[in-house]
Amino acid sequence: MNNNQTQCCCGGNTNQFVKLDEILKKYLGVKGALIPVLQETQHAYGYLPKEVLQNMAEKMDIPVSEIYGVVTFYAQFHLNPRGKNIIRVCQGTACHVRGGKAILQAIEDALKIKAGGTTLDLLFTLETVACIGACGLAPVMMINDDTHGRLTPETTTAILASYTEVM
Amino acid sequence: MEHFRLRVLICAGTGCMSSGSKKVVTALCEQLANKGLEQEIKIVETGCHGFCEMGPLVIIDPQGVFYIRVQEADVADIVEEHLCNGRIVERLLYKEIGAEKGILSYKDIDFYKKQKRIVLANCGHIDPEQIDDAMAVGGYDALNKALKTMKPSEIIDEVKKSGLRGRGGGGFPSGVKWGFTRNTPGDKKYVICNADEGDPGAFMDRSLLEGDPHRVIEGMAICGYAIGADEGYFYVRAEYPLAIKRLRIAIQQAEEKGLIGDNIFGTGFNFHLKIKEGAGAFVCGEETALMASIEGKRGTPRSRPPFPAVSGLWGKPTNINNVETFGNVPQIITKGADWYASIGTASSTGTKVFALTGRINHTGLAEVPMGITMREIIYDIGGGIQGGKKFKAVQIGGPSGGCLPEELLDMSVDYDSLLQVGAMMGSGGLVVMDETTCMVDISKFFLSFTQEESCGKCTPCREGTKRMLEILTRITQGLGREGDLELLEVLAKNIKLTALCGLGQTAPNPVLSTLRYFRSEYEAHIKEKRCPAGACLGLTQYIITAACKGCGLCLKECPVVAISGEKKALHTIDQAKCVKCGACMAKCPFKAITKG
Repeated sequence: MNNNQTQCCCGGNTNQFVKLDEILKKYLGVKGALIPVLQETQHAYGYLPKEVLQNMAEKMDIPVSEIYGVVTFYAQFHLNPRGKNIIRVCQGTACHVRGGKAILQAIEDALKIKAGGTTLDLLFTLETVACIGACGLAPVMMINDDTHGRLTPETTTAILASYTEVM
Repeated sequence: MEHFRLRVLICAGTGCMSSGSKKVVTALCEQLANKGLEQEIKIVETGCHGFCEMGPLVIIDPQGVFYIRVQEADVADIVEEHLCNGRIVERLLYKEIGAEKGILSYKDIDFYKKQKRIVLANCGHIDPEQIDDAMAVGGYDALNKALKTMKPSEIIDEVKKSGLRGRGGGGFPSGVKWGFTRNTPGDKKYVICNADEGDPGAFMDRSLLEGDPHRVIEGMAICGYAIGADEGYFYVRAEYPLAIKRLRIAIQQAEEKGLIGDNIFGTGFNFHLKIKEGAGAFVCGEETALMASIEGKRGTPRSRPPFPAVSGLWGKPTNINNVETFGNVPQIITKGADWYASIGTASSTGTKVFALTGRINHTGLAEVPMGITMREIIYDIGGGIQGGKKFKAVQIGGPSGGCLPEELLDMSVDYDSLLQVGAMMGSGGLVVMDETTCMVDISKFFLSFTQEESCGKCTPCREGTKRMLEILTRITQGLGREGDLELLEVLAKNIKLTALCGLGQTAPNPVLSTLRYFRSEYEAHIKEKRCPAGACLGLTQYIITAACKGCGLCLKECPVVAISGEKKALHTIDQAKCVKCGACMAKCPFKAITKG
């Protein structure tokens, strides 16, 4: 699959790197800028397309293999397209002890994907995280920037349904 | 200057926001505006007040009336009854377990009474997005005093005398570390605040940054002045968007007021702060991996020496401390080292913020003096075990720590005592477990985490934790063998001695600790293929006891027809057919079915 076509509606090659160029301008001359550049680039493109990384390598004068090494090291970076809504189910200790596994199971059953996967309609991507830091409300999940706590399998599927309706 | 007759403080930390406090704020603003009361009554969105189990929390000052579990629908009553007519809304008050009457003020609730809130003093009482709020209660007074009346060496002496030890887990004397960095020659030095709080079960740093960011900024600036640094970095994990947002606002407001930046207080001292976001790697909480990450590289640790104090960020002398460590500094300067050292124990001075989580009634954040007992934390502050179940163990120190069984509940909670019993203070996350938790499953859980997060650089951690995890997984599946426990211990001791960094060196701790106190549970898994807690699915048996009255309800409920028996006679479960769904146990009206 040609990654460019999922992101760029004009289909051409010239406009592909406009967003990247804007980001790079901000970090010109800044030390240790690779990770913030990657973070903003992923935010702009939805994920990190291969061509964008190659272009970034040329412009930042960093070998693409080094960039690839950084991208694959950190859990935050993704080389494949992601869903519109990112679900992060906490599997940390406090959530584990208060039933976190059952919540993950409920989501996998409802969306018919496993952790790490994206639904075919690109509506949801499901991830597990080790700890969201809202342990007082265990078990917890985040959908995009919203945190949902004190979950049961029933309330979890209801929350998922509310995101589907909004679309 | 505005004068308000009442202040309504609403917790807007991540915890309460996810249980609906934003809607409460909106409803309150609307209804006060409708009644024309905006000039008389001030609404303040605060940071985390700590009693997360009871959120969303609303406090009405000056009385300190404490309302719990406040939802949007409750706002009308609060406005009409309390704010307009001075009548307390009784149904929203907190009641101690088993009590009839509600408690009016949070100051009288056990959860708060037993705490000593120094670092968290302002959390829940000020608007973290208004620097004037922080300054009104003493914010930046310590920096002022330090810059204008103290020499850098005097500041370091004061921090040394206070006995402050690193609150991130290492417990290294902070003043000594500052001294090393100061004594390293060089024109360029850095201060780094480690806000990569990665321990599952820990949210102390998040709450402090969301609730009182200026306290931490002030601590960093004082450190910068003491060691000779003009630049500081916050390294905050990306999973804390609200903390990052509030820090950005706080730094900007501090710059606008000239409290951070060039020529602070006109003394010629420059100190600039930047924020770097983590990218999802637990190992980046380790100081050398953290610095590699700031430099834009893969977050792998390196061997030490050289220590960061000598050669750190970009090879320059660097002082790294945890959020809570910096949070302690302003008060040490303002009130003095002697005052600070009078709290806690001789070798563990001051207070510690703990995150109470797990099967405990009162989950939340509590700041207590060092030397308190675990029993006081769990029962007096934590309210005891949920559902009246039996306490089994408390995990302290996260994936690097160990568990404390019941017989250790009365030990003093301080750095050295914990090390002696095979645990460690760690960042302060406490996960309470009850009789339904399997300790073998828990050690497998922690090892899965550290295995996943291992950076892969050194063989002992990369390969060793994998092998330990394989053994633990087999044990939980009923495939444990004679010699497995001895092999686990040998592997554990080798990895501890030879791994490159703290992640690998402490990864075996949960296993060693549970083997020390719960060996019989491991043995039951291996020799009897049985999980006593009933948590490991493959090793759990549902058994119908003599309490059975032969009513036949379980027989009808079983989805795989595994139960047989005559009417009014003892029924039995065919273990070969049983799929361990638990439906029978849930249905039995006589509690005649047990799991184990």
